[in-house]
Amino acid sequence: MTDPTFHLELQEHEKTFLDSNELIINMGPQHPATHGVLRVILKLDGEKVLGTECVIGYLHRGVEKIAEHRTYTMFNPYVDRMDYVAAVSNGLGYCESVEKLLNVEAPPRAKYIRVILAELNRLASHMLWLGTHALDIGAITPLFYTFRDREEILKIFEKYCGARLTTHAFRIGGCLYETYEGFEREVKKFLEFVTPKIGEYEELLTTNRIWVERTKGVGTISAKDCVALGVTGPVLRASGVKWDIRKAQPYAAYADFDFEIPIGQSGDTYDRYIVRMEEMRQSLRIIAQAIDRIPEGPIMAKVPKVIKPPLGEIYHSIEAPKGELGYFIVSDGSTQPYRVRVRPPSFVNLQALDLMVRDQLVADVIAVIGTLDIVLGEVDR
Amino acid sequence: MVAKLKTHYGSGIREANTYLVQNYMIVEPSLVSELLQVLRDQELFDYCVDITAVHYPQREKQFDVIWILYSFPRNERIRVKTMIADGESVPSAVPIWPAANWLEREVYDMFGIRFDGHPNLKRILLPDGWKGHPLRKDYGIIQQDQEWVQINLGIESGQ
Repeated sequence: MTDPTFHLELQEHEKTFLDSNELIINMGPQHPATHGVLRVILKLDGEKVLGTECVIGYLHRGVEKIAEHRTYTMFNPYVDRMDYVAAVSNGLGYCESVEKLLNVEAPPRAKYIRVILAELNRLASHMLWLGTHALDIGAITPLFYTFRDREEILKIFEKYCGARLTTHAFRIGGCLYETYEGFEREVKKFLEFVTPKIGEYEELLTTNRIWVERTKGVGTISAKDCVALGVTGPVLRASGVKWDIRKAQPYAAYADFDFEIPIGQSGDTYDRYIVRMEEMRQSLRIIAQAIDRIPEGPIMAKVPKVIKPPLGEIYHSIEAPKGELGYFIVSDGSTQPYRVRVRPPSFVNLQALDLMVRDQLVADVIAVIGTLDIVLGEVDR
Repeated sequence: MVAKLKTHYGSGIREANTYLVQNYMIVEPSLVSELLQVLRDQELFDYCVDITAVHYPQREKQFDVIWILYSFPRNERIRVKTMIADGESVPSAVPIWPAANWLEREVYDMFGIRFDGHPNLKRILLPDGWKGHPLRKDYGIIQQDQEWVQINLGIESGQ
């Protein structure tokens, strides 16, 4: 029982110490839970976050400047180094943008190969996200599970184009490589293998009490705030906005497939987890349809050896695993782009961090950074 | 929509066109602030996708500043473009779309274009004390702020 008449007499130096309840601490740039070199300056009141400031740019390589000094073809592999866990999506966005500028279209078979690889990559990206996000919160096992299964995807990439991460799988106008012998069979085998595995991850987490307590109601963001801050991808969908570029403005061959856009309601970390898990299942659905219906024919459109798009500008965007990935390309009619602007989803989504962690606990900052699913290579470019 | 805006603003909208099925308009810098507000409030462009710039050193008005907007209700994109000279500034879009905050900081960092009314206009990707704006065409590809590198990294050159 506390006695209301009792007052603790404080010494003078204790008063100043106890009154100064604002504390500035620095997280990163070398911190295991920031998924790269992200520095966050936190203003704290005890364990409560009053505000944050992100310091970024540690991984800045000047990708947009490099583009101005390379030909269109030469710049293609550079884009893989931005979001290096979803390199296929980067390449897809870039190739499609230049194709639009050239006014050519990839042949149907190339489009199907692109969709299959891009969806496999979405799966790989979400698996890596799930493993590291769960690890940050304290669940170690999912990391081993997801990395084991992601390996199978990387093996398919390696067999297809020789690279596991920075794949450079596509070329302007289509694909360079025909699918290898037994590609269809291996992808089907992978689908069979991985479908129950997603259930396994969910068994570990979805109803796990610690997981639920650490994620429900944490880092909540409303649909209105998401739109105002330009947040896209699973974060936007978890807040209840049913918007996916694959449906809204279909590119590649996405208009041919039947799939759902999973959405959440509350926009908290738990909903974002559920949305991404469901997205993985939808990706499997897309791959299964594509692999069955993959058309015969050429894989490369008629594109000149030296790519010289006519004078003009184009903005084209795709639904990367993290959100809207856009390319704004200005051509001056020469072999090198006059300007390439990349609209990175991670960069824009990271801006919402401050809003999402205000008045939350310090430990939740880790959960929110994980749930935003940022890749610093793409934030800093 | 474009016709309506054109009759309202007259020659302020210098060009409104479509290239490769993408709509864009080129407007006078003085009109930008009002037009962006109108596009969001009346034409429902509620999502500011990107803000960027392009440098044309041989032109008198050296910079293109571009706003890429998207409307969720209309499922439509539009690009708004304006041209400004070196040293001129454009109004900040942060009061209209909070998303503009970091995007404008990046344009400032890379091109040195100032946005009037931005709450915290400082460099974002490069260090605060860096000299020069790398995406200007007169900035060489291997050029760097030698002095900054020597003081802060303790090495002769980053190259």
